[in-house]
Amino acid sequence: MIQAPGEPLLDPESTLVDDRDDNWGETTTVVTGTSVDSISNEDLTRISKDLEDSLPLDCRRYISPVLGAILGLISVITPLAFLALPQLLWRDTLDPCGTPCEGLYISLAFKLLILLISTWALFLRPSRATLPRFFVFRCLLLALVFLFVASYWLFYGVRVLEPQETDYRGIVGYAASLVDALLFIQYLALVLLEVRHLQPAFCLKVVRTADGVSRFYNVGHLSIQRAGVWVLDQYYRDFPVYNPALINLPKSILTKKMSSFKVYNLEEENTNNSTGQSRAMIAAAARRRDNSHNEYYYEEAEVERRIRKRRARLVVAVEEAFTHIKRHQDEETATSSPKHPRELMDPREAAQAIFAPMARAMQKYLRATRQQSYHTMESIINYLQFCITHNMTPKAFLERYLSPGPTLQYLDNNRGRRWTLVSEEPVTTALRQGQVFSLKRLDFALVVKVMPLPFLDLAEEFIDPKSHKFVMKLQSETSV
Amino acid sequence: MSFVPGQPVTAVVQRIEIQKLRQGENLILGFSIGGGIDQDPGQNPFSEDKSDKGIYVTRITPEGPAEVAGLRMGDKIMQVNGWDMTMVTHDQARKKLTNKREDVVRLLITRRSLEEAVKQSKGSHPRQ
Repeated sequence: MIQAPGEPLLDPESTLVDDRDDNWGETTTVVTGTSVDSISNEDLTRISKDLEDSLPLDCRRYISPVLGAILGLISVITPLAFLALPQLLWRDTLDPCGTPCEGLYISLAFKLLILLISTWALFLRPSRATLPRFFVFRCLLLALVFLFVASYWLFYGVRVLEPQETDYRGIVGYAASLVDALLFIQYLALVLLEVRHLQPAFCLKVVRTADGVSRFYNVGHLSIQRAGVWVLDQYYRDFPVYNPALINLPKSILTKKMSSFKVYNLEEENTNNSTGQSRAMIAAAARRRDNSHNEYYYEEAEVERRIRKRRARLVVAVEEAFTHIKRHQDEETATSSPKHPRELMDPREAAQAIFAPMARAMQKYLRATRQQSYHTMESIINYLQFCITHNMTPKAFLERYLSPGPTLQYLDNNRGRRWTLVSEEPVTTALRQGQVFSLKRLDFALVVKVMPLPFLDLAEEFIDPKSHKFVMKLQSETSV
Repeated sequence: MSFVPGQPVTAVVQRIEIQKLRQGENLILGFSIGGGIDQDPGQNPFSEDKSDKGIYVTRITPEGPAEVAGLRMGDKIMQVNGWDMTMVTHDQARKKLTNKREDVVRLLITRRSLEEAVKQSKGSHPRQ
C-alpha cells in the first residue's frame, strides 16, 4: 500500500488524546507503506527540496544487496575460472605440474572456504535500515572489489588467454594471489564497517522534544546517517513510550493568564504602536499577582494522590486474584479426594477466570495514568496468561503496567518505522564536535547533539602494600 | 610557646618544687599530665598551638602537693629535675616524674600568664 506523503499516521507512538469509553477503547492502526525499518526517501526529498527522480521504494532497497551479491559471486568464481579455463582450452600444451600445484590447490580450497564462511557471517544479514545517502564505506568496498577483479581479469585475458600460457604453476599461483587479495579486502571491510566505530569517541545527547526525556550515549566515529540509525536502535530500548496524554500543564491553568488589561489605542497611527501595545500588555500581566503556580501545585498533588490510591487498589486486587489459582501437580491426583474433582484449565482459561475480579481496578488505574490506549483487554489477558504459564508473581505481572516501558514493548514488529533525518550538513559527513541533527517523526523529534569525549591523561601511582600502617590518635592522661 | 624547628626554644618559665606525698607505698604528686610526641596534639585543650606536642598539666588534685606548690592546670612542663620535657613521649614523661628514688621534683613550667606578666613589667619599666 503506497502511503501518500503528508497523510498523518495513527500508530501507538502518536495517539491523540481522546476520551475513551468505559469499554477498553481500542487504538486504530493504519498500515504504513513500508514493511521494514526504513527512512523514506520521499520525506527527505521534500525537505531538501531537490526532487530527484527516484525509483519506487521497493527496488531501491534491494539494489545494494543485489549488487553486492553479484560482485561477491563473481569474485568467488573467478579463481576457479582462472584454474579451469586453461585446462579446458589448451590442456595438451600445459606444463605438467606436480606437487607444488597440489599444495597450492589445497591452500586455495581452504582460503576459498574461509572466504565463503566469513562472507556469510559478516555480510549476509538482512539490512535493518535504509539510509538516505550512499553508505560511503560500503560503496568504497564494492568499488574496490570490482576494481580488483576487473584488473585481474584484464591481466589474465591479456597475458594468459591470448598467448595461451603454458606455465600452469604460474597460473595457479596467480589465482591464489587473487584469493589472498580478496581475503585482505574482506579484512578491510571488517575494519571499516564493523570495528572502526567500536571505540567510543563522542557522546551524543538525545532529547525527545515532546516531553524532554533525554539520554546520553557513547559512540565511535560514524557518519551522521549511521549515527542516526544507531541512536534509533537505542531509542526503542531506552526511552519510555511517548504518551501524548501526559502534558505538563493543563490548559485551564495556563489560560487564566490570558485575561489582561484592555488597551485602547487613542492615536491615529497603528503601525508603530502595535509592538508597544503588546509590550505594555505583557508588562501589565507580569506585574499582576500571579497565582497559577499555586493551582498547579495543588492540582498535581491531587492527581498524584488519586493515582496512588488507585494503584493500591490495583495491587490488592491482583494479589487477591492470583491466590485463586494454583499450578496443578500431577502427584495430587492420587491423594486428592474424589469429592472435589477440580477441573483442569489451560493457561488461557485460567487467565480469563482470574481476570474478572481485577478488571475494574486495572481499568481505573490505567485511566488515571492515561495509559488506557496502550493496553487493550485482549493484551492484558494475553499477558496474564503469559505470567501464569511462567509462574510469575503478581508483582511481576504488574511491572508492565505500573511503569511505562520502553517503546519497543508496544510495537508490533511487522511494520516499519518511518523517521526523517534532518541535518544542516550532508548526512554522510563524519560526526564532529558541536554538530546537531534531529530525527523527526510526525509529532515529536529527537534532537541529537554531539559532544566529544575528553582526552584522558592517565597517570600511575604505585602504593606499596606494606605502606598501609595506622596509628591510634591518642590523648592519654596519666596521673602522677 | 610555639617553636621553630632548628631554633632554640625560649620561654618564660617558673620554677616549682613539689614534695612527693607518700600514700601507702606510692609517691604521688597530685596532678595528671597529657601530651607527648607520640600523642595527638590536636586534642590538647590547653595548648595555644595545636601542633605543640609538649607535656601539659591536665588535672590537679585539690589540696594535693602540686596545687600547694603552685602548679596550675594548663601549665606546660619544660623540665623535670633537669630532664627536658619538650620532646619526650608520654611514657618517658611519666617515668621521669614517678622515679621512686626521688621524693622531690623540681619543675620548670611555663604558662601564658607568665609571658604577659613579663610583657607588662617590661612596658612599665621602659629601661629594662
